[in-house]
Amino acid sequence: MIYRENGQFKTSYGADQQIFPIAQDRYLVLAIIAFAFIGVPMLADEYFFRAILIPFLILSLAALGVNLLVGYCGQITLGAGAFMAIGAYAAYNFLIRVPELPLLAVLILGGLTSAAMGILFGIPSLRVRGLYLAVATLAAQFFWDWAFLRIGWFTNYSSSGSVSVSNLTVFGWDISSPVNKYLFCLAILVVFALIAKNLTRASLGRQWMAIRDMDVAAEVIGIRPMWAKLSAFAVSSFFVGVAGALWGFVHLGSWEPAAFSVDRSFQLLFMVIIGGMGSIVGSFFGAAFIIILPIFLNQFLPALGDLFGIAISTAAVSHAEFIIFGSLIVFFLIVEPHGLARLWATSKEKLRLWPFPH
Amino acid sequence: MAFFLETLIGGLMAGMLYSLVALGFVLIYKASGVFNFAQGAMVLFAALAMARFSGWANAALGGDSLILANIIAFIAAGGVMFIVAWIIERLALRNLVNQEGATLLMATLGIAYVLEGIGQTLFGSEIYNIDVGMPKDPVIMLESVFEGGILINKEDFYAALIAAALVIALSIFFQKTSTGRALRAVADDHQAALSIGIPLNRIWVIVWCVAGVVALVAGIIWGSKLGVQFSLATVALRALPVVILGGLTSVPGAIIGGLIIGIGEKLSEVFLGPYVGGGIEIWFAYMLALVFLLFRPQGLFGEKIIDRV
Repeated sequence: MIYRENGQFKTSYGADQQIFPIAQDRYLVLAIIAFAFIGVPMLADEYFFRAILIPFLILSLAALGVNLLVGYCGQITLGAGAFMAIGAYAAYNFLIRVPELPLLAVLILGGLTSAAMGILFGIPSLRVRGLYLAVATLAAQFFWDWAFLRIGWFTNYSSSGSVSVSNLTVFGWDISSPVNKYLFCLAILVVFALIAKNLTRASLGRQWMAIRDMDVAAEVIGIRPMWAKLSAFAVSSFFVGVAGALWGFVHLGSWEPAAFSVDRSFQLLFMVIIGGMGSIVGSFFGAAFIIILPIFLNQFLPALGDLFGIAISTAAVSHAEFIIFGSLIVFFLIVEPHGLARLWATSKEKLRLWPFPH
Repeated sequence: MAFFLETLIGGLMAGMLYSLVALGFVLIYKASGVFNFAQGAMVLFAALAMARFSGWANAALGGDSLILANIIAFIAAGGVMFIVAWIIERLALRNLVNQEGATLLMATLGIAYVLEGIGQTLFGSEIYNIDVGMPKDPVIMLESVFEGGILINKEDFYAALIAAALVIALSIFFQKTSTGRALRAVADDHQAALSIGIPLNRIWVIVWCVAGVVALVAGIIWGSKLGVQFSLATVALRALPVVILGGLTSVPGAIIGGLIIGIGEKLSEVFLGPYVGGGIEIWFAYMLALVFLLFRPQGLFGEKIIDRV
């Protein structure tokens, strides 16, 4: 009886079209955001920030971007890691070549470069579809892997091939401590999530969804496939590029192309599919699941071994991680192919009706 | 000219090796509409099984009969691949019927993780060698035509022969046997096949089994070339452009695609690579496939995609 929209009357179009029409949802989301900004910095320790929270925030942003393309526009991509790399390396080059630029501008420019490349590598999507496109996007992945490894200009001819940034400040605010890094990423994520949510509710997002559901039919009713698909690639690559720049700048500090390998692309796609395709909140669920699971297994398996008095070697643990991770993914896909977001939606629906079954 | 021919032939034979892996993709996609990313993991798994079994059999036989040990190992590894196919069908695929392509793709990625984990747990994660007695020394051909002749790697040559034999055997299996006919029926239309009494589940086990055997052969050949190790699983990524270039649904496409990619890779690496810093073969294959796709979006031999509203 608590979670109900009874008695909440909408008296304006604005109120009718707001993102969370149910007041309890609104309060919950505001409470979560407030907790994330105020409560978490007081509670979490440094390891927690470094190992879980910061990667979670940044990869959720990337997963959000991938979800716009895969979940909303229906173009499967296996090249997301490359666009993270483009964002990171472009931002790096802006940073060292134009030192006057503030950090935020550098990140945005990195995202814009990634968006431009996204349009370029999105062009095949106008001809090629489905799984063929998925494999075609791997071209972007391998090409950029190679380019950042072999073309010295991108890494400012660093001899080891790795690049690094330090002393990051945003408008005079030093973000070198884990708490500040966390707050910075969180602020960016909140803004981008709001943008993404509104994009998907607006004309552009509706065009993407029409293309996803059936592109020929969408074309018949007057949606330009070229504009819709390429804009999806651009926006998605922008998000992913900013996430990549954050990953390099804020999380890693110094990085090599291997940080954005094809495994990263698979990981992002996993997040989207496990979390729920075509769902903003699903991207967060997916990112949390994929990040926390390996860490949990890593801690939990040796502990379990100790419990039974078996010493498990590190190799065995890493193999067992593989097995459990893989089987859990298959398990989740079988139980809920629409992802964790669907579970969330179902439970909310149940809560609305509670205590009645129907 | 001789150097060009040498590169060309090297590319052709490398292409046959890619085709071997690509065949596994095509078989499974044809019969069940699943784009099987686990093919690479299956190659690794099969190669690991083969390497260990042949080592054990060799030890058990006292090391005097390499051929017998290899035959025993091959049969045992084939059996293992059958069990793997059966388990995958039973636990995963059967429950994922009618899901979207992307979901199935992710499921096979999950299966790939499981296979890699189990394979290394069961068989160990060191680097093993497979020795099936293939000659390794290169031979020089056409000495009378060109000065110095053309250097050909004997191992590659036999591998290409084996691949060709496998393709012919598979074509006969698909075209002439009743199981093959059932497979093609399932590939055409799941429901129609079910309604005339073809057992879908058994067909899928058979297809995964055949793909497992293809993976075994690919694993043996690649394994004896590169050594059996974890990186063998990434062979699948090298074979992907072959699959989309040839078309996901075409067995001959996998062969022709493999040859085109093989030649393209070798020629680009030799003649283009020095100008841009080398190491381009990994993305060049994808770019080449992409260029072909722009003209034929369904691959060279894929079924034409017809859109209806």
